[in-house]
Amino acid sequence: MTTDSLPRAFALLLKRDLVLAVRHRAEMLNPLLFFVLITSLFPLGIGAFPKLLAAIGPGIIWVAALLAALLSLDGIFRSDFEDGTLEQYLLSSHPVSVLVLAKVLAHWLITGLPLLLVAPLLGILLGLPADAIWILLLTLLLGTPVLSLLGAVGVALTVGLRKGGMILSLLVLPLYVPLLIFAANAVDTAAAGLPVTAHLSFISALLVLALSLSPLATAAALRISLS
Amino acid sequence: MFNNFFHKLASPVHFYRISGRLIPWLGAGFVLLTMAGLYYGLVKAPPDYQQGDSYRIMFVHVPAAWMSLFIYIVMAGAGAIGLVWHIKLAEVISISSATVGAAFTFLALVTGSIWGKPMWGTWWVWDARLTSELILLFLYLGVIALHNAIDDKRTAARATAILAIVGVVNIPIIHYSVEWWNTLHQGPTVTKFDAPSIHVSMLIPLLLMAVAFKVYYAMVVLMRARCEVLERERHTSWVKQLAEPQ
Amino acid sequence: MSISEFLDMGGYAFYVWTSYGITLVILVANVIGPLRLRRKLLADITRTARRARKNT
Repeated sequence: MTTDSLPRAFALLLKRDLVLAVRHRAEMLNPLLFFVLITSLFPLGIGAFPKLLAAIGPGIIWVAALLAALLSLDGIFRSDFEDGTLEQYLLSSHPVSVLVLAKVLAHWLITGLPLLLVAPLLGILLGLPADAIWILLLTLLLGTPVLSLLGAVGVALTVGLRKGGMILSLLVLPLYVPLLIFAANAVDTAAAGLPVTAHLSFISALLVLALSLSPLATAAALRISLS
Repeated sequence: MFNNFFHKLASPVHFYRISGRLIPWLGAGFVLLTMAGLYYGLVKAPPDYQQGDSYRIMFVHVPAAWMSLFIYIVMAGAGAIGLVWHIKLAEVISISSATVGAAFTFLALVTGSIWGKPMWGTWWVWDARLTSELILLFLYLGVIALHNAIDDKRTAARATAILAIVGVVNIPIIHYSVEWWNTLHQGPTVTKFDAPSIHVSMLIPLLLMAVAFKVYYAMVVLMRARCEVLERERHTSWVKQLAEPQ
Repeated sequence: MSISEFLDMGGYAFYVWTSYGITLVILVANVIGPLRLRRKLLADITRTARRARKNT
């Protein structure tokens, strides 16, 4: 990155990660398959009672999304850490939080956004009504970036550790709880035919908060992990 | 003169000595306050007309819950101070608070569960407060796990400070979300954990126990901090002198 | 109020005394922990110093 311009650095970083992901297209399927598998396990474990599945469906799908996100988080900084690129980010003259934002955006496009493609299918599998499926998509659209943003903080704290993956869940899942509560309940409420503007406003607020604060925390955590 | 005091306090040697002298006094204060609190709570306060004598669990449950939150805030605040101003003592206080904070959280959960059994007939209810406490316990365990996973003390202190700060920002959000979640599933029985107005005969022991727990925390955090200081300064001459007085 | 009435806690004896008992255990454990840790640290430091002196 010989150029000094920040937008250009952002775009380059984003493009690089996306190109790398497209080259390993098969790996993009992993969180997707996990998402579908986890959701499918519940009817097998609980019993195919349509009313029951429709009632707990939103919760199941959102928990599965959380777990899929958790599974894919390690990849945000892993390869960069291993080949030393991560240190280059810290040494560059650009604010690390903006570079982090580029990495997180790439991660979301690769692992979060695809979940939306599969979500309607899962909604149908669990017997959710059409209104609920639309809201499910909307909550996933607003919520999956939050999963990537908050997850990045956890990854940054554990990237230098040998067994970082194990405590990553412990660090990140409590932070996911508010999103889970409001997103799952939004879909539930939509299934009952009631308005969900309040839920969506709250989730949007979480997104804005995460967008503004978590890159700073991630940058600080990266500095500490690599010191 | 005050400035001088704080400068001295921040030096590990002086901190070790001064805290060593404070701890017995804090211990005595804790014992006295607890005896007073237990007397007023278990003996003097009358039975509740609805819950009978079981409400007396409140005198340990509520102060424990208050402490769990208070200690987390201290842990995050001290961590922030250590991070911003590079004050080692702040780092030490922060990490020394984690275990005792987790212990109070666990205590709040257990006593809440035991209190709930005669009230609601089950050992666990997804009550808003208990659920929030459970998540708080996970937040504490995360801090402890992260600290144990990092070998270098300085890096560990700074990483856990970041985690604690992220956690403390999330606590009101989590609390609000869980409370909102709970109101959707409110059963016919309203939670008994906060009585609308508390009689003064019950308030006095509650406050006494709350102060007693605070004094206890001060004592324990200083005890742990001294260990942390010893560990960090083990290669200095003053520590070696301490271990083997020549 | 007699002692036995006090201990009975209006029938809730198990719940009340178990709660206070667990409280006592946790409070005591959190005091004993640092005490033992300090003793262990000081012993460890002494041992290391002694070994260093032997090696010189």
